[in-house]
Amino acid sequence: MLSLNQKINIFKTASLCRNFEEETFKHSKEKRIKVPIYLSAGQEYISSTISNLIKELKIKPLIFPQHRCHSIYLSFGGDINKLIQELLGSDKGCTNGMGGSASIHSKKINMFGHDGHMGTQAPIGVGACFSTKKPTVVFLGDASAEEDYVLAALGWASTKKLPIVFVIEDNNLSILTEKKIRRNWQMHDVGKAFKIQSFDIKDSPDEIYKHKNKFFKQPLLLNINTNRLFWHSGAGQDSLKTFDRYKVEMKKLGKKAEDIDQINKNKIEKLWQNHLKKQLKK
Amino acid sequence: MAKPLKETIKEIIRTHLKKKRGIVMGQCLTAVGWVGGTLPELYEKDGMIELSMADVAGGGIVVGAALMGKKPIYIIRYQGFNWYNAPMIVNYACKSKEIWKVPCPMLIRGIGMEGGIGPVAGSSHHSIYFRMPGITIFSPMTPGEYKFMYNYFIKNEDVIYASEHRSSFENTKELPDRLNDKCDIIIFAISITRFEVTKVKNILKKQNITVGIANIFWIKPFKIKNSWLEKLKTSKYGGLVLDDDYDSGIAKSIANDLSLKSGKRIFTIGLKNKSAGFSKQTDNLPPNSIEIVKKVNSIIHLLAKNK
Repeated sequence: MLSLNQKINIFKTASLCRNFEEETFKHSKEKRIKVPIYLSAGQEYISSTISNLIKELKIKPLIFPQHRCHSIYLSFGGDINKLIQELLGSDKGCTNGMGGSASIHSKKINMFGHDGHMGTQAPIGVGACFSTKKPTVVFLGDASAEEDYVLAALGWASTKKLPIVFVIEDNNLSILTEKKIRRNWQMHDVGKAFKIQSFDIKDSPDEIYKHKNKFFKQPLLLNINTNRLFWHSGAGQDSLKTFDRYKVEMKKLGKKAEDIDQINKNKIEKLWQNHLKKQLKK
Repeated sequence: MAKPLKETIKEIIRTHLKKKRGIVMGQCLTAVGWVGGTLPELYEKDGMIELSMADVAGGGIVVGAALMGKKPIYIIRYQGFNWYNAPMIVNYACKSKEIWKVPCPMLIRGIGMEGGIGPVAGSSHHSIYFRMPGITIFSPMTPGEYKFMYNYFIKNEDVIYASEHRSSFENTKELPDRLNDKCDIIIFAISITRFEVTKVKNILKKQNITVGIANIFWIKPFKIKNSWLEKLKTSKYGGLVLDDDYDSGIAKSIANDLSLKSGKRIFTIGLKNKSAGFSKQTDNLPPNSIEIVKKVNSIIHLLAKNK
């Protein structure tokens, strides 16, 4: 069981991500952001929990994200101001205005940008891990995990017994096509077939933490079921009935969590306003 | 006696593994033949890494090693396999420095060969890479050129494609340009066609046609030497670019550059526009001396007619 302190720390991280995405949603909808946006709201409990877990292990891993990566960037300590600048197309952004929403990058946190081809982060992450033997985390969606070269990369990571964790953020959707239409198999079964310790779990911190002692000892695959609150791309919402892990955890944690949420909301609103003002002055 | 190219490559690979602490990656490297005798007998503990047979993922794994600054040399045993190996090289490694300010230096050894090996494995396929940004392309056919290319790789942060050819592995000689005072036509040769062009020069000499030979070793970024331009401008019939790839690629692109700079017509000849079969009758081989001579004669005929 996680301690209250651990739960609060995870919530703090998730809250930063959620409020960032909600504010980004607003500015995208109002056309202040001109680049295509891939929002990770609804899924933020995965990166928030994983980053806190790894922090407790006192490890600074190599991180290979996918295109829906704002929460990954923020969870692992990426500079929020540089992310705002990036989304506004500034050359002061974390990827010098080249990365937009999908290809963000940070040397400071060892996060390597994504090129836009779904799933390439798997073989590239495996190659980085193999050549350095550094602990590595590869984030994939349930759709990108279907790429043939992802499966081959899993096989090679297993053969070489690498200290790598494959995190599948499984929101069941590829744009709007459900998993059951695309395939009759599950990623954790594929992982097991490659002799990788693989698990199909929910995005609750308690479930993720059950696997803490398996991190970076040998390849590990966590297929984590989650929900995407907003559209595949841009500022829209598929359904108001979607299960929301963030709200559930906030309710469980009570007033303290509500206060954290409010503080982050105010902070992020202000940050965005400052950057938008600066942009207007230009 | 001078060493053949394959021995030079082998020495370079040994140096890369033992002294430079680099890595070499590819499929079936340590199998019989050691990639045409170009690899020293070293194994994973020495940095010679056997990848699985997954071509697309293999390319990505090497990119990951390059991103970590390991300066990998990636061996693709048949150039046609680049159709599967190239995606992450051209879309990640070649763009990494520009997008993320992180260089991703790697040397890709693409090895060409032909003669009864069918529709995929045969010939050179360097044009796949040529159209994409962020790549440097060489086609080394001599020991000196290979050494130059490797030194360039070590001193710089480029993604380099080396368009090699198995038929050059026994070559011991350097191949300098041969540009006479007054050339009727200049032949620009790439890869294995460079060995054919001397025969062409001798045949055409007997027909009183003086051929100048320009060797294209550094393909991209393509730089036109002053000596080439000078000779082209004073030539009677312009130039002809020879390639071991389909001519709707590097050959035509280079011909266009040369033509714009010199004001002369530049023709091309490469692989025929057809798939190669496995039999002698259905193969698709690089232009041989007879075909090149025929092409030169047709160019002269055409230009004389248009005068």
